[in-house]
Amino acid sequence: MVQTVPLLSLTTGFVTCHPLRYSYRTQRTPDHGDILGRSMPFYTVSQLTQYIKNLFESDPELQDLWVEGEVSNCMRSAAGHIYFTLKDPAAELRCALWRSQVPGLEHMPANGEAVLAHGRASVYEARGTYQLYVDQVIARGTGMLFLQFQMLKERLQHEGLFAAERKRTLPPFPRRLGVVTSPKGAAIRDILNVLARRYPLAEVIVAPTAVQGEEAPPQIVAAIEALNAHTDAEVLIVARGGGSLEELWAFNDERVARAIFASRIPVISGVGHETDYTIADFVADVRAPTPSAAAEMAVPDQEHLRGVLVRYRGDLAQALRRCLAASRTKTGHVLALLARLSPRAMLDRRRQRLDELQQRMTRTQTHRLDLLGGQMVGLVLRLQTLNPESTLKRGYAIASRRDTGAVVSRVAQVSSGDCIDVRVSDGQFTGTVD
Amino acid sequence: MTETSDLTFEQAFAELERVVAQLESGDLTLEQSLALFERGTALARLCERRLDEAEQKVAQLSVAPDGTPAFSSFREAE
Repeated sequence: MVQTVPLLSLTTGFVTCHPLRYSYRTQRTPDHGDILGRSMPFYTVSQLTQYIKNLFESDPELQDLWVEGEVSNCMRSAAGHIYFTLKDPAAELRCALWRSQVPGLEHMPANGEAVLAHGRASVYEARGTYQLYVDQVIARGTGMLFLQFQMLKERLQHEGLFAAERKRTLPPFPRRLGVVTSPKGAAIRDILNVLARRYPLAEVIVAPTAVQGEEAPPQIVAAIEALNAHTDAEVLIVARGGGSLEELWAFNDERVARAIFASRIPVISGVGHETDYTIADFVADVRAPTPSAAAEMAVPDQEHLRGVLVRYRGDLAQALRRCLAASRTKTGHVLALLARLSPRAMLDRRRQRLDELQQRMTRTQTHRLDLLGGQMVGLVLRLQTLNPESTLKRGYAIASRRDTGAVVSRVAQVSSGDCIDVRVSDGQFTGTVD
Repeated sequence: MTETSDLTFEQAFAELERVVAQLESGDLTLEQSLALFERGTALARLCERRLDEAEQKVAQLSVAPDGTPAFSSFREAE
């Protein structure tokens, strides 16, 4: 089960040094002095130690490595740093672990334990020893699983299986859910209970699998594939209840990771407890801390939905009231407009107009009559000056022929013996022309 | 307009959201707003009824060695 991982055993040779890597000519500055009668270069202890330290630190291999061995001479200094020796049957390696690294340790080393230590190899000048500056310790056994986990995680991450941009969003109201888990135990019961309580509308299709042991990974893969192939489930829950690292191991299987990655249906993982992280969690579209939490994330909560529905009803009623009020205002405007356009209003307006015209007519007429009156008085006066009677009064007379009535204004109009009427101011008399 | 009874919960809920938004946006005739109100109320009632009446269905999927899928009712294993 445990894969071979590249790690360094104390006795297996790993020095694959390239000559160029050690060309620290500029730093190699030995003095020259008289040695046995000849001028020879020599180093101080510090210079040589510094030179060797540079060799260590210039080799990338030595700056990032895992070493397997048994812990001995483990002690913690007053300052809180931890010193121990890693050994195997043929060699020993001094190790130093600074206090600052302790909180991040996967495993606290103890005497007699087989462990894997990660760190960098370098030289402690004051003692002239080389040692491993440790930043991580894992127990052999589960430690190997951890290492395997780390390596698979890095590889799949590098391949893009965990990429945030490929995480799919979950449907808000899934009609059908697929559940990949054991048909017995707390996990399936918790999932079904949560789904029934929150959103009984969703139909659940369980694809039962083993969730631990050698047969678990292929069964989990087959279940994911079957749900994709034969159902229209809109969300998959891949889950397992809590357990030891070994018990959860199926969810760190590469085949399972790839099946989740290939799933057309979005996947929620819910494996173990809050603190357990599996490869399946990293590949899944959504990671839930537990199986129950996975069920909660898969569906909406009907209590919440009922609240929203009540609010929507209120919103509808309020919006309708606003529409009615707006219509009422609009109707008010229309009624005013209608009143202005009604026949009665038209009649009223015409009647008023007629009245106005009549008044204006009367006014005009009166004015005109007044004018005429004035003119007539003038005319009467002028007529009076033209009245022949006033001439008669002044002593003139008007003669006219009796037979024709023609006024005689010239002598030739009459002959001797013609009868004429003569008008004077107070009457007339008759005469005969001589 | 689809009969409300033909809608799934999801469809009814989504349409309800649209109706509320539309009715709130205003700018409607009185007839339109009354029709929207009635539609929205019917949709809300349908959603509530769907939740009230829902009963969880659980099926089990198993695949025969020849790849034939079979659905049965799920029973928790002992």
